[in-house]
Amino acid sequence: MATSISSPSSSTPLSPIQLSVIQRKRRSNLFSAAGIVSILIALMTLIALVLQLFIQGLPKLNWQFLTSFADPEASLAGVLAALVGSCLVMLVTAATAVPVGIGAGLYLEEYVTRNKFSALIEINVTNLAGVPSIVYGLLALGLFKYYFSLGESILTAGLTLALLVLPVVIVATRESVRAIPSSLREATYAMGASKSQMVFDHLLPYAFGNILTGVIIGLSRAIGETAPLVTIGALTFIAFLPESPIQSSFPFISFEWLKAPFTVLPIQMFNWVSRPESEFQVNAAAAGIVLLSLTLMMNSIAIYLRYRIQKSLKW
Amino acid sequence: MINIDSPVSPAPPKVEVSNLNFYYGDKHAIKNVNLTLPTNKITALIGPSGCGKTTLLRCFNRMHDLYDGNRYEGEIVLDGQVNILSRRIDPIEVRMRVGMVFQRPNPFPKSIFENVAYGLRVRGEKNKSFIADKVEEALKASALWDEVNDRLKDMAFNLSGGQQQRLCIARALATDPELILFDEPTSALDPIATRNIEELMDGLKKQVTILIVTHSMQQAARLSDYTAFMYLGEMLECDRTEVIFKHAAQLRTRDYVSGQFG
Repeated sequence: MATSISSPSSSTPLSPIQLSVIQRKRRSNLFSAAGIVSILIALMTLIALVLQLFIQGLPKLNWQFLTSFADPEASLAGVLAALVGSCLVMLVTAATAVPVGIGAGLYLEEYVTRNKFSALIEINVTNLAGVPSIVYGLLALGLFKYYFSLGESILTAGLTLALLVLPVVIVATRESVRAIPSSLREATYAMGASKSQMVFDHLLPYAFGNILTGVIIGLSRAIGETAPLVTIGALTFIAFLPESPIQSSFPFISFEWLKAPFTVLPIQMFNWVSRPESEFQVNAAAAGIVLLSLTLMMNSIAIYLRYRIQKSLKW
Repeated sequence: MINIDSPVSPAPPKVEVSNLNFYYGDKHAIKNVNLTLPTNKITALIGPSGCGKTTLLRCFNRMHDLYDGNRYEGEIVLDGQVNILSRRIDPIEVRMRVGMVFQRPNPFPKSIFENVAYGLRVRGEKNKSFIADKVEEALKASALWDEVNDRLKDMAFNLSGGQQQRLCIARALATDPELILFDEPTSALDPIATRNIEELMDGLKKQVTILIVTHSMQQAARLSDYTAFMYLGEMLECDRTEVIFKHAAQLRTRDYVSGQFG
């Protein structure tokens, strides 16, 4: 910090300008110190949590754990059913929430005529993202399980979580579409493009990277959800896998798995944590690592894809 | 106020504007404008900032339809046949006949080729060799072909500002428009790029009618055949460029072109 100005000023009295600079610098240093403390608190908590999880669960994490079903014997139990369940439920969630959410977001941003009614819809959609997940569970219980008689199936679970993710996807779509500069829209319309050409040739491709990020954030939230799935009646003990979606004989694709009962990783974890035996606590920690890795994997895919897409976009 | 009957070149009118009024909500931005754009000539719109030059320009391709609360009155008649402001005419139809180049280069975040081809794709053109021919033709007409013909698949953003603006001109040319609107096309460019664009426009008028908004009086004097002077939403005077710059009828026009205000 030794500058050419500060050395002569050490002997002469400070001017009012220098005093004011020193005072304001001290204040910003103070603030940055407070900021460092805040971030350390958040970071240390996270590190402690993850460390604890890994120390406890890592020894248990092996191939046997990943490929075994739940078992009353802690050393034989594994997460296979829950892992497959989580993946399949996420598949249903993504397949339904993404098209519906992007469609709704595009409609609200590009097509809707602005009036009081549309403003009301907009406020509601934004607020939907804050509705407690258990409330979605209750809605799904009445709607999917009883009204549509979809049972305690992967389909019901996927649709329930889709409800949860939907507002996130809608908001992400709207924000990424809004971020596209109007000069680009005008350029497109000036070429004689129609609205749908505008949306499909330009808005969707350019916004896709950011929409994807929103989708992954939504899915990461959904993959850790327990409450709504318990509400619709997820099982905790499953010793078989749903029928594979890909078949060796014609028509090669089967949708039987949608009707299968299921469990997911967080429910399996909760089940093990609530056991009195300490061996099951270790299992829960190991399942936690699996869940965490799944989330991290999804996030890194999102970051990579966004980077690939954004690289080619500039305006 | 219109007085475009010169003994030198009696060019037939391409566009005739009569009693045009335009409103942004309650704001009366264009007041009773009458103007004729002669075929295959460059007409420049000049005037102090906020006088409505750009607003007037954007009436010619119904750009104002993109935003709520805008209203046109009067007529802009193309080829003596269609009033393009008529409610029965779809703005998309207008924009397919009237091209536009904007103030800042605004290429699509796509390849150079796709930028120029986009107008044809919008029109449903599927014939690949036809599209390739048209793209080459447009890039040649916009004096960009020699610089980019070996990298048509490159992203348009890798071009310099002046090249991007010429790409935007090529994009507008590819669909053979009858009229091209230029909205201060060189205001974001350096002098050399500006000279390139001006030379390009001078060559283009053989095939297309041009209307250009410019804040540079030198540009209007160098480039245009006709000049229209706007002030506070009104068209004060329109005549052959040398008349406007040397013997303008109105005091305000004389003051503006001699740099006394602006």
